[in-house]
Amino acid sequence: MRITLSVNGREVVAEVEPRTLLVTLLRERLALTGTHVGCDTGQCGACTVHLDGRAVKSCMVLAAQADGRHVTTVEGLADGDTLHPMQEAFREHHALQCGFCTPGMVMAALDLGAEASDSRAVRDGLDGNLCRCTGYHGIVEAVMAARSRADAPL
Amino acid sequence: MHPFEYLRPRGLAEAIAAFRASHDARWLAGGQTLIPTLKLRLASPALLIDLREVPDLGGIRVEADRVVIGAMTIHAEVAASPELRAALPALATLAGGIGDRQVRNMGTLGGSIAACDPAADYPAALLALGAEIRTDRRALSADDFFLGMFETALEPDEVVTSVAVPLPRAAAYARIDNPASRYALAGVFVARFDDAVRVAVTGAAPAVFRADAIERALSADFSPAALDGIAIDPDGLNEDMHASAEYRAHLIGVLARRAVVAAS
Repeated sequence: MRITLSVNGREVVAEVEPRTLLVTLLRERLALTGTHVGCDTGQCGACTVHLDGRAVKSCMVLAAQADGRHVTTVEGLADGDTLHPMQEAFREHHALQCGFCTPGMVMAALDLGAEASDSRAVRDGLDGNLCRCTGYHGIVEAVMAARSRADAPL
Repeated sequence: MHPFEYLRPRGLAEAIAAFRASHDARWLAGGQTLIPTLKLRLASPALLIDLREVPDLGGIRVEADRVVIGAMTIHAEVAASPELRAALPALATLAGGIGDRQVRNMGTLGGSIAACDPAADYPAALLALGAEIRTDRRALSADDFFLGMFETALEPDEVVTSVAVPLPRAAAYARIDNPASRYALAGVFVARFDDAVRVAVTGAAPAVFRADAIERALSADFSPAALDGIAIDPDGLNEDMHASAEYRAHLIGVLARRAVVAAS
């Protein structure tokens, strides 16, 4: 089937099988490998992208479900060489160790918005994302720091 | 996943006609249960019919004595609705605790109740609140809707369109999670109406059920102390590597007390 969607502001037309997952379209057809496949069972959140502005797990969404909609991946955040404030905060606060969960953490963190009122709320809000290095402390610090910047929301 | 065809009709009549014309169709709402099921090859339908573009299946409308929620309303919208938080905060809070935020951004109320997972949260709320489940062809009480494990009164080609939930005097939901899966080991929803108290339990048995003894005790005296001496029979409760039937029976009493305190 033919689908048309916007990915990071660019129109994409693709011929896909109905069973194609959104993450497969992004990684294997569009070469947007910043979105990671961790568990492939909807547990870990490494594949988190935004669908019409909301964080979703792209291993639990069909590409067909994204037809006619807007997708933003981690590649769509930076402005040229200037990192998005959330990415910059992750860098500043050493919010990554191996880095595998990082794109999903960043995309999920951006979805928290005003809900990220304190560190408890950030921890609760990110409970759909697992860091196998257990580096949660730095991640929470980064999200709290980014939240204090006016320009952080996506 | 085994291959399947995909259809996204723009109207309910068209959707139902397509369903009936296929030998093996499944409805797709948010897909947060169905897609993992397909990936595990526990289901292999020939056709998925996506209900996303069928009109009039969304929205939250608070009326004088009830709230009507469209079947395709995602959990995140139910959790964040200012009108619902004012009228029935227990339901908004319950929706905000389903799965994780990514799941809440895709998963829908109609999908959750139609899937009828034994540990799903919404069935406890709808059963305790005495909700009416509206479909394309009829209205069912929650008491008649939830039949068993993954089993509802829905016909295969029937579509949930909305639920109408009576507004109680007070209500609360208490749940204890399996720490790994975050599904409820047991969850208890307590709803206090002027004439009676209704209590529904999820996660503890093959399907959601009403706790009669707890209802009677709380109808006479809406306090945690009213539940002293009431033993829940573990017979028929789930028993697995996470919790014994006896432990789940114990949790039901604990959670009912917590819900009563929260609703008081």
